[in-house]
Amino acid sequence: MTVVQAREVPGRAVRRPVRRGPAGRVAANTALSVVGFAFVVPMVWVLAAAFNGTAGLSVSWPDPWTFENFRAVLNVDTTYRPMLNGLVLCGGGTLLTMAAAVLAAYPLSRYRSRWNRPFLLTILFATGLPITAIMVPVYGLFVQINLIDTVLGTVLFMATSALPISIWLTKNFMDGVPIELEEAAWTDGASPMQALRHIILPLMWPGMSVVAIYTFIGLWGNFFVPFVLLLSNDQLPASVSIFTFFGQYGQIVYGQLAAYSLLYSLPALVLYLFLARRLGGAFSFGGAVKG
Amino acid sequence: MTSVPLERTRVLRGLPLVPAVGLMLVFLAGPILYCLYSAFTDMALTGSSGASFVGLENFRKAFASDEFGRALRYTLLFTVVSAIVGQNILGMALALLMRTGGRVVRTVVSAIVIGAWVLPEVVAGYLWLAFLGDEGPLNQILGVLHLPEQDWLFSLPILAVSLANIWRGTAFSMLVYSAALSEVPREIEEAATMDGAGPVRRLASVTIPMVRRTIATNLMLITLQTLSVFGLIWTMTRGGPSGASTTLPLYAYQQAFQLSQLGYGTALALVLLGLGGVFSLIYLRMLRSEEAVR
Repeated sequence: MTVVQAREVPGRAVRRPVRRGPAGRVAANTALSVVGFAFVVPMVWVLAAAFNGTAGLSVSWPDPWTFENFRAVLNVDTTYRPMLNGLVLCGGGTLLTMAAAVLAAYPLSRYRSRWNRPFLLTILFATGLPITAIMVPVYGLFVQINLIDTVLGTVLFMATSALPISIWLTKNFMDGVPIELEEAAWTDGASPMQALRHIILPLMWPGMSVVAIYTFIGLWGNFFVPFVLLLSNDQLPASVSIFTFFGQYGQIVYGQLAAYSLLYSLPALVLYLFLARRLGGAFSFGGAVKG
Repeated sequence: MTSVPLERTRVLRGLPLVPAVGLMLVFLAGPILYCLYSAFTDMALTGSSGASFVGLENFRKAFASDEFGRALRYTLLFTVVSAIVGQNILGMALALLMRTGGRVVRTVVSAIVIGAWVLPEVVAGYLWLAFLGDEGPLNQILGVLHLPEQDWLFSLPILAVSLANIWRGTAFSMLVYSAALSEVPREIEEAATMDGAGPVRRLASVTIPMVRRTIATNLMLITLQTLSVFGLIWTMTRGGPSGASTTLPLYAYQQAFQLSQLGYGTALALVLLGLGGVFSLIYLRMLRSEEAVR
């Protein structure tokens, strides 16, 4: 049956992938729209409450419609400094994680060794470790080596906590790059590190973008680690200051909380949009490697 | 080539691992070892350094306690429903649909789904509090549809937090599967179509087997992540009402920090770690059996 159908439209079968046709496209679009609607509904509250002068926990149309909530939170103490602190912590943590993960993934992906499997297993167990459980010993360690309440120490720990999962993901994406491409480079006299930089990394961008976004957003939303390791108020990132926000007023000002939540989510969104363009390259990736 | 330079190349090959291994030894392995030690003591937060070795007492206490059994059951339920079934299948479905869907729909829907993921845990918790609340949108929608309204956070708290976790975590699976699917050469799927395979057959016999490695890896990652979810549940229910959404991380936190039973709390954390290990081994089996086929 389908064979006959395919013959009936010979023009499409050759170059373009035979997808499910217009009917399939409509079905896919409908299904996607339903899921999209289901996902957007819970966000309604934060959007409505942020612009609502009298917001509560229930959802209602902003009345009065106002930017007052944003005006109230947009100051150095509530928003600007915590955001900047968060960017320094999470940006630094992400960069450190990516650098260490790419380096570590290379031998794991390229060389056979009897240590690979035990190493990756260990890393997996580390991924499963609930960070709440090790924060007390970490606090003790940081006091001992004088890293408590320092940005450097917190960046180091945040990077480390994201490392296992990043190595695991990076290694898997790197496995997807055929080693033949590199062997050609080696024949031309390139060192492994040169091959990594000029051959593998450019081909791995879609995967690396996923790892980078994942790492940054994970760190950006992390409350517990900076809460324990940083003590000075002026070093706290946005994830922690949202909690001081709750305590500051006896009663929670929901409108301001919603406005602050939107602002707090913005950097992660922006980073995602920036990397999404590279992620678009994922769709030509399969063909490029086949080439 | 003699064996000495060969040995040296082997060492040099491992050199790129040094920064990562160094960081993990100091900041993860160290604290974990300390954890392992304190799980076998009666260490308490308030007490001085006077912790004494109690052997397996903490574990005996845990397995004899109803609270622990309940927390373990809820943890498994939460993980299976929200990660293994929810996030995994929905993420795969979205990634597949995205390939067929129109550009605009694709862009808008992925932006929404990723938006849910980008929102910080605590914010997501408050969103779902509002969403599931008495006057929340869900009950408003149910009212319009003439369905009975529910106080979700009281009647089915573990389902409520599971739904919130699906909402929050699906984007990760979707991204991972999208990247993996983009590496599946379209020619192979086209060939299957030419051979008369329908969409379902194509999915089951061609596409899914080609991304099996990714499925196993993704399952492992989202399972481990979900096992240690804390902030979301804490914000939504604090583990209540009366423990009906207390998963192991919350139970461990309550014991260690609120009741100051540090030794018992870290023992619970070790159980959680073991649970993650069991899941990991299952998925590793999946990976290994696939390697054997190749």
